[in-house]
Amino acid sequence: MKFLRNTLDKVKPLFEKGGKYEKLYPAYDAFETFLFVPNHTTSAKGVQVRDAIDLKRLMMTVILAMVPCLLFGMWNVGHQHFIATGNVDATLMEKILIGAWVVLPIVIVSYGVGLGIEFFFAVRKGHSVEEGYLVTGMLIPLIMPPTIPLWQVAVATAFAVIVAKEVFGGTGMNILNVAMTARAFLYFAYPGDMAGSSDVWVYTDGKEMVDSYTGATALGLAASDVSGNVVMALDAASLSFMDLFIGIVPGSIGETSALMVLIGAFILIVTGVGSWRIILSAFVGAWVVGLMFNGLAGNSDNYFMTLPAHYHLIMGGIAFGIVFMATDPVSAAQTETGKWIYGFLIGALTVLIRVFNPAYPEGIMLAVLLMNVFAPLIDYFVIDANKRRRLKRLKLNAA
Amino acid sequence: MKLKISKGFDIKLVGKALPELVQDIQSDTYSFKPTDFPGLARPKVLVNEGDTVKAGTPLFFDKWNEQVKFTAPVSGEVVEIKRGARRYPLEIKILADKVLTYESFTSHSASEIANLSREAVLSQLLTSGVWPNLVERPFGLVPKPEHKPKAIFISALDSHPLAPDYDFVFSGEENYLQAGIDVLQKLTDGKIHITTSSGKGSVFKNLQGVEKHEISGPHPAGNVGVQIHHIDPINKGEFVWTTTPYGLQQIGRLFLDGKYDSRKVVALAGSEVKKPQYYSTYSGASLKNFVEGNLKSDNVRFISGNVLTGAKIDQDGSLGFNQNMFSVIPEGNHHELFGWILPTTRKVSFHKAFGLLSFLSPAKERVIDTNLHGEERAIVQSGVFEQVLPMDIYPVHLIKSILANDFEEMEALGIYEVIEEDFALCEFVDVSKMHIQAILREGMEALQEA
Repeated sequence: MKFLRNTLDKVKPLFEKGGKYEKLYPAYDAFETFLFVPNHTTSAKGVQVRDAIDLKRLMMTVILAMVPCLLFGMWNVGHQHFIATGNVDATLMEKILIGAWVVLPIVIVSYGVGLGIEFFFAVRKGHSVEEGYLVTGMLIPLIMPPTIPLWQVAVATAFAVIVAKEVFGGTGMNILNVAMTARAFLYFAYPGDMAGSSDVWVYTDGKEMVDSYTGATALGLAASDVSGNVVMALDAASLSFMDLFIGIVPGSIGETSALMVLIGAFILIVTGVGSWRIILSAFVGAWVVGLMFNGLAGNSDNYFMTLPAHYHLIMGGIAFGIVFMATDPVSAAQTETGKWIYGFLIGALTVLIRVFNPAYPEGIMLAVLLMNVFAPLIDYFVIDANKRRRLKRLKLNAA
Repeated sequence: MKLKISKGFDIKLVGKALPELVQDIQSDTYSFKPTDFPGLARPKVLVNEGDTVKAGTPLFFDKWNEQVKFTAPVSGEVVEIKRGARRYPLEIKILADKVLTYESFTSHSASEIANLSREAVLSQLLTSGVWPNLVERPFGLVPKPEHKPKAIFISALDSHPLAPDYDFVFSGEENYLQAGIDVLQKLTDGKIHITTSSGKGSVFKNLQGVEKHEISGPHPAGNVGVQIHHIDPINKGEFVWTTTPYGLQQIGRLFLDGKYDSRKVVALAGSEVKKPQYYSTYSGASLKNFVEGNLKSDNVRFISGNVLTGAKIDQDGSLGFNQNMFSVIPEGNHHELFGWILPTTRKVSFHKAFGLLSFLSPAKERVIDTNLHGEERAIVQSGVFEQVLPMDIYPVHLIKSILANDFEEMEALGIYEVIEEDFALCEFVDVSKMHIQAILREGMEALQEA
């Protein structure tokens, strides 16, 4: 430890003002503060002590909450690969290895490109590198299909970080969730690689899929022309409720398992890092609207409406989106009352889009982005009510 | 009224003052710092280095509020007048006499006080030096005598970390406290509110002529701003004055004994003090003699006041005017390998993010140092400020309106109801390590000038 410290102190002058690599100071600073919490102390005025929390720890907590999804996702990519290619005897290790082979490059590209851009902007603007991208960099791979070409990951990451974040001033200033923007970009720019045909969701390594394997997602199936009982159709495609809940189904890398997402949600809620209000109200919103459609279905030929409401909570990326993207404190509503409304509408909109818009089988992406845009408006009304209370008090006093 | 506060956070620290009062250690010098009073426009110093003064001799006044005289806390020789930019006086230092002499003011019996006029009371308060014990809200300024406050609030508990126990400090002082209240009655047509801690505050239970309230819950329950907000909130155009039991005591002594007696019992506390206890001293006392031979280590921070709202001072620095304690804690000027991620039960945190385990044993007293534990970052709204501010106020939005210099928004969001101390916990828990109290003061100054 002494050695590390001494080495850092020795090279530090090179990066400080007047040093040879002065311009690269933010990069040095990011590295140094990764190793050591700096020796900065509180100022002479103001609080003399500070809470042990910092943004790094906050972000790491979110990343930890995503680890179950990541690990399960890697296994599932391998698992689906072997089912699709007809090798039912593959071992756990083989599945994980295949999964890692597919997933890790996506993670590396996401972090490499994203952090590279963050460093570039930090150096240009002369501020230190903010930690916000640590979370975004993990979110992006988890919401990509396993077959996504790496160059698309790079382009989407660059687009999202620059257009959704840096243009607005960097961490803390963005209006849209950065990772969701990356996904939306790919979805509209390269729709063929993001949805539609079933081979998007399964990594086959160029091998032929066996005939019995459909590779369809639950959402794709429910939105297509299923006539009659949707649940039976799902069961027939080995997409039972339990399969969907545990997540042994094709889909984006980290989103398939509602169980793993729940573990993540538990971590976020217990640590107080994610807003339980948003998570709860979003699930309630999706469920209530699902129930409402059940009631309204009647003789409608949209059989998706008859899908039991609880299926909506575990199909597709809704659980992942609610727990990890809707709770992003920067782009969410910021008042406590506002969070209830914001969450509820995300859940409700997701189901609405799923059921009534066949062009977009998954609604969570658009729901989150749409509510990101409306979050400031929700806050505006909540805060306006606070101002009115204050004003009313004044008028009462004057009267 | 019984108030129950649930939002907030008690920072439990090692080194609480034991209930023992030291009388025989006294400071050599006493300082008066005009910088203790926000909003002073142009302080005009009335003494020169080398002058001798009595306790109660005017040292300076502010041209913006001329009637208020700031006077010497002790008698002795003015040994130093420190000045800053544009000769703004920073500190007036007095070498104290062994036996103090006092300027004489009119003394009254307890029953006579009731018959005094507002004018008579005002003139004695303004010229003697006790007036700055009153604080005017909005903005936390030295009150203007021509203002009439709608009410006067006194918090009879200090809930800050390691704060002195008022039951100990003011035991036996009931008659002075009562006289102080009788005097304050003359200043307002409204009520005088005094709030004690539930189940404590026996010293204050028998005071007459006041509305009594009880409050329970974590810090900032003891902050008078929180109490005002729940009992009779401040609206635009209104004035509320506040003071502390120390203020009552000094006002009481002025009218009963006829002198400005700035004697106060203060706590010396913190993990680096060998024997944390109480000292009977005077306003502006120098710290030096109290900590001599009484420290556990060298690398320490001396603080005038508590760890949330106090200010860093040198070892021979002095007690701020409205402060009631010295804190001594370790300086945090060290690097910590992977300190941002390693699990710890040792570090104090309001948060429960990964590895911050102090919430598992909330009652345990801990040692805290002055390390920033991170670096300044952009505001990330994590909803945590709201959890430590028991008021119907949106702190982040108020802070943002100040940063945007939006006067109407600051007003609408309730800036008149808060001063720095009310936002100190927000500053403590802040992930982005911003200077919330300083920002709030900037907002108040901007509004004052507008």
